[in-house]
Amino acid sequence: MAKSIEAGADALVVDAQDHVATALKDLKAGREIRFRRGTETEQLTLLQDIPFGHKLAIRAIEAGEEVRKYGEVIGRATARIQPGEHVHVHNIEGIRGRGDQAAEGGSHAAN
Amino acid sequence: MLQIKGYARANGDYGIRNHLLIIPTVICSNQVSSRIMQMVPDTVAIPHQHGCSQIGADKERTFETLAGTGKNPNVGAVLIVSLGCEVIDPYELAKEIGKTGKRIEVIDIQECGGSIKAIQRGTELAREMRRELDAMQPVPIPAGHLRIGVKCGGSDATSGIASNPALGVASDLLIAEGGTVVISETTEIIGAEHVLAKRCATPEVADQLYRFVERFEREVARMGADMRGGNPSPGNIAGGLSTIEEKSLGCISKCGTAPLVGAFEYAAPIPGKGLYFMDSPGNDIECVSGMAASGVHLVCFTTGRGTPTGAPIVPVIKITGNKQTYERMTDNVDVDVSGILDGVLGVEEAGHLIWNEILETANGKLTKAEILGHTEFSINRIGPSL
Repeated sequence: MAKSIEAGADALVVDAQDHVATALKDLKAGREIRFRRGTETEQLTLLQDIPFGHKLAIRAIEAGEEVRKYGEVIGRATARIQPGEHVHVHNIEGIRGRGDQAAEGGSHAAN
Repeated sequence: MLQIKGYARANGDYGIRNHLLIIPTVICSNQVSSRIMQMVPDTVAIPHQHGCSQIGADKERTFETLAGTGKNPNVGAVLIVSLGCEVIDPYELAKEIGKTGKRIEVIDIQECGGSIKAIQRGTELAREMRRELDAMQPVPIPAGHLRIGVKCGGSDATSGIASNPALGVASDLLIAEGGTVVISETTEIIGAEHVLAKRCATPEVADQLYRFVERFEREVARMGADMRGGNPSPGNIAGGLSTIEEKSLGCISKCGTAPLVGAFEYAAPIPGKGLYFMDSPGNDIECVSGMAASGVHLVCFTTGRGTPTGAPIVPVIKITGNKQTYERMTDNVDVDVSGILDGVLGVEEAGHLIWNEILETANGKLTKAEILGHTEFSINRIGPSL
């Protein structure tokens, strides 16, 4: 993980398996951004404004699909997400620490 | 061998500060303790809300936190201020801290005959003890004696991609010197425990780690609420963190890459050298207080949103990877590693900046929290008040 970021980059993809990139600056809708995924350089057009530090989808994510960052699962999509969309609490949810679901008698993964 | 300066203690340990600590055994002695601190410069009191109406493991936790804080080698001597009727026995506390060989005095407000007489007696004792401590000189010691806590608070998306990986580099440098690193915050390894578990030195350590996480998650289930909103907090969410899993995966890089050699309970003594995990909530002050009670000399604290957090007896070095936060809260933040995100500072290089700050702080440089007098202290509770 201790790899360095190139100067001027718009967004960072931590792991080649990730569904999301992190904005390294405030980015506006309509902007075409370039980012490095593994050894490849890719580009896409932003569908929404992405504030600094927030996530954008770099590939389509289906509702209910697990979402990856750091090469690991950070949650589950609650709606279909297009590449270039803002990814945050409005369209992904945590899978862990869900006492609300336990209270409803829903399934609860211990690990 | 890399050397730092330390105050030699009777039990063979070394401190990087030489505090005279004033411990109220119970909330009822807070005001008297604070008054004594005001009367005698270079003393520090740790007012808290506990010490009475507690039983069982909850009472033990308060006792262990107070005892551990007193035993920490950054403390040269201790004045215990008791009311006289609380559940935390001041003489048991004195006996436990006294195992380190440092000077301990106990005053009892009921026995002294009220606040004014207790403040007078305490002030006389504190002045005398402070003079003894001021006569001590630090001596050169290997940097490998250092024990540090690594903590993050007020995290945002920069924490996981800049400040935490940089702190991980510094953690590895200390481990390479033979030193000790304590990572904590059980709530903030939820969703990342499988990554840490792979690094555990033995299956027993990994089992212990999973047990700590399960215990916490059971509590959340018992409360019937979604963690999100409490952790990640509203500030974390505003900073771009969406779930506890995302926050956790960004958190764990701060402890570097060494094998995890053990896991222990909140405020318990660190069992040895190397990288350890301490059970604790992510709550900043409860966690830092628990780390200090376990025996760390200082805490490295990364923040994205910015926080003033300090501690009574251990320096807290604040580090940020968020340039705006550094510029807005330069009062509180010691190390700026935001160049990582601009691509002008390598993560390794940033780790060395933090490592230098650790060594300078160990040698007596005051952190911004120390200069501003931040001495936040809080004890984790696990039972109801009676």
